[in-house]
Amino acid sequence: MDIIYLLMPLALIFVAVAVWAFFWAVDDGQYDDLESPSHSILFDQEPSAQKTTTSISTSENKAND
Amino acid sequence: MADPIPSQLACFHCGTPISGTPPYSAEIDGEKQPMCCPGCQFVAEAIAGEGLAHYYQYRTQQALKPDQKKSLVNDYTVYDRQALQTQLVKQLADGQYHVSLSIEGITCAACIWLLEKHLSQLQGVVQASVNLTTHRAFIQYQPEQLKLSEIMQHIAYIGYLPHPFSMDKQQQLAQQEYRKSIRRLAIAGIGTMQVMMYAIALYAGALQGMEDSYRDFIRWVSFLLATPVVFYAAQPFFKAAWRDVKARHLSMDFPVATAIGAAYTASTWAMLTGTGEVYFDSVCMFTFFLLVSRFLEMRARHHTTQHGSGLLKLLPDKATRVDSGQEQTIAAIEVEKGYTLRIKPGEPIPADGVITQGRTTCNEVMLTGEYLPVTKQVNDTVLAGTLNVEHAIDIQVTATGQTTRLAHIVSLLEQAQQQKPLIAQLADRVASHFVSAVILIAIGVYSYWSQHTPDDAFWITLAVLVVTCPCALSLATPTALTAATGKLYQQGILITGSRVLESLTHVNHIVFDKTGTLTEGRLTLEQVIPTSKTLSADAILDYVAALEAHSEHPIAKTFAERTTPIRAQNVTNHPGYGIEGSIAYPLTNMHSKRIESQAEQRYRVGKPAFICSWLNIPLLEPPEPTGQWLLFASRKEVLGWIKLADTLRPDSAHTISGLHQQNMQLSLLSGDQSLVVKRVAESLSISSWQANMTPEDKLAQLKTLQKQGENVLMVGDGINDVPVLAAANVSASLGCGSDLAKNTSDIVLLNNQLSSLLTVFDTAKQTRNTIRANLIWALSYNIVALPLAACGIIQPWMAAIGMASSSLLVVANALRLTRTTSSLNVSTAQAQPSQIPPLETVP
Repeated sequence: MDIIYLLMPLALIFVAVAVWAFFWAVDDGQYDDLESPSHSILFDQEPSAQKTTTSISTSENKAND
Repeated sequence: MADPIPSQLACFHCGTPISGTPPYSAEIDGEKQPMCCPGCQFVAEAIAGEGLAHYYQYRTQQALKPDQKKSLVNDYTVYDRQALQTQLVKQLADGQYHVSLSIEGITCAACIWLLEKHLSQLQGVVQASVNLTTHRAFIQYQPEQLKLSEIMQHIAYIGYLPHPFSMDKQQQLAQQEYRKSIRRLAIAGIGTMQVMMYAIALYAGALQGMEDSYRDFIRWVSFLLATPVVFYAAQPFFKAAWRDVKARHLSMDFPVATAIGAAYTASTWAMLTGTGEVYFDSVCMFTFFLLVSRFLEMRARHHTTQHGSGLLKLLPDKATRVDSGQEQTIAAIEVEKGYTLRIKPGEPIPADGVITQGRTTCNEVMLTGEYLPVTKQVNDTVLAGTLNVEHAIDIQVTATGQTTRLAHIVSLLEQAQQQKPLIAQLADRVASHFVSAVILIAIGVYSYWSQHTPDDAFWITLAVLVVTCPCALSLATPTALTAATGKLYQQGILITGSRVLESLTHVNHIVFDKTGTLTEGRLTLEQVIPTSKTLSADAILDYVAALEAHSEHPIAKTFAERTTPIRAQNVTNHPGYGIEGSIAYPLTNMHSKRIESQAEQRYRVGKPAFICSWLNIPLLEPPEPTGQWLLFASRKEVLGWIKLADTLRPDSAHTISGLHQQNMQLSLLSGDQSLVVKRVAESLSISSWQANMTPEDKLAQLKTLQKQGENVLMVGDGINDVPVLAAANVSASLGCGSDLAKNTSDIVLLNNQLSSLLTVFDTAKQTRNTIRANLIWALSYNIVALPLAACGIIQPWMAAIGMASSSLLVVANALRLTRTTSSLNVSTAQAQPSQIPPLETVP
């Protein structure tokens, strides 16, 4: 059980690093727009690839129905 | 989004319905697509030419119709002037420039993608990112390869309007507040996760037995993690509580701060003395939940104010200064008081001023909501942000920037918003009584036990405090409201205050302020009656459309959708009366034979008086008394009547009958002429209506209703409604109204569907039920637990678990609100295909 004397402070250091990284991200403006990045990742696909994926997903929906 | 009206042809780019054969087309992905105007055609071709055509697949909203003049002709070179560059552009260490632009016309995430892609393909652009929430672009570029004006020009090419961005104070504060609360949220969230983990170890240790040294060590670690949560993340609660104390009025923040403070202090004491229990986990979790609900509420509040300032959008980029007879183009932000500016027809006015030369009409819809232009002559005041419609004028600037009437109105709005009396302070009052009672009981319990068993007194008192901690009580209302607000936002309904939904459930009277809330708010062509055999109804429309193509007047826009084979020449505008011109025909035209003999024939279209005096005949009466009638005539004879009218919104009837079913009193107070109001009111079976009302009349009428004990919801759309909207118990505005109006009201129907009112009422009722259930649970838990704790039966750790699970239960109950999609919403959504917002309101 003595290991917790090492592991818990270590965990605290990790938490501190995580908080620091998060603060840096906030200051960098990464959290200013919470809406568009979730969409933009989809837009960069090639148009043809997108078409096929949509058709697959619609047929899946039909199958589920 | 598919075409809103499948049976009818619509512009592929902006979705404007097209009657007849599409006048323009563009090739997108190898297919010819219909276009309504050269502006759309140009923009669509530009987008396709860049290989960015799958924007059209991804978008969820139609693009706004590009302003042809601004997209194609607007010249941004004025921003390259050295004096302005230092203001607008930040020079980076490596010689690159960094500029922020505010972008108008962004409708959905696909716009962001399109803009970012297009900009980063440009030679010289190092990085480009666009923010969907704030509509702001950040562009880093190489100044030797690219000029600022070229970047702006490129943004305009693909159909958006760039403005130089200067953050005003309010926006700056909003951004700071936003970032701060995200940080607080993170601290509380991470802290909660960690402390909860250690708390489980402590609970297990309490049951199975754990050496004191380990227990104390874990407590110390929890303490280290909880401390920033209390002192940093929970700071707003302590500040607000301190403000409460100073103002001698206890709100919910006071018990929250007391609970956090007391539990933290007691836990620290327990940790230091190695006795009792620690509650660091409860402290963190409680803080985190409350912060989440406040964060979501703040985001909804900011949403209205952050969209680039409304001010910026109404003002033009540049102005023409007349200096000792010389015209000089300057940027609008350079204009100073005393300058003489020349404003050409169709241009917005950059600053408040007095007309020194010329006579024109101004469109003041952005300020007054009145969509017909107002005549202005020498010595009349013109206001910044309004549109000069017909003739060039010179003005002497009397006020600029923050001193303009426009800015003044905006600040009035902000004040009105803050001063608005809050009805629902009841919960706070209950809480403050509750807190006082708890503190008295705690003191009583402590003094009782300290006489009997002094050793236990502190811990029993603490158990009382923890058990009665109004956590669940204080979470009950905000979580339910947040869940409901979030759900409504997804449906395009913005609730701007946390108390709106509560107040809505008391509403029993709905007042529609002006007819424009029930109608489309723009004129449409209703009827054509030919009066001679010379021309058919279709031919009349072709002629009129050709003439009106030369006018900027809102009436002219009614005809803009029509594609006419005819062109008009030598057109003269008679401001406030009508338009005159001669007609030129292509040789292939079907009317050509008849027309050749009438070459150089002059035609007029306009007010009956204008036409009749031209023909020297007695004034003709329109065929019907309602609606707006235009007369069309040649030099020889009257050719026909044209009726323009405002049509009802497609969902008005459905909404009104739905509201009737909920036993709402409905009235219509309008500034319009009585015949129009009567027609609208009768067609919707609204029995109580009044016409020709000034804003003061409306306010007086509203006060009378309120004196009779009615709870009034005011539905408006224009900025001149401010006093009326602010005085109503709850106010709502439609999204198509001017941007500024959005700031005043409690509810903004961003989706511009009147039927959303039904959804709002529905959700408000569900929310009230959830809040009631939550409050009943929280109160009964406290009432049962309090005597047990006071008797010393409940251990503090039991109290902590009870408190935590009670809070979780309340949160879970509130979250049910996000899931219930009631049948009503579905049915309204089906009845009403989603509508495109009108495109032309703000030029």
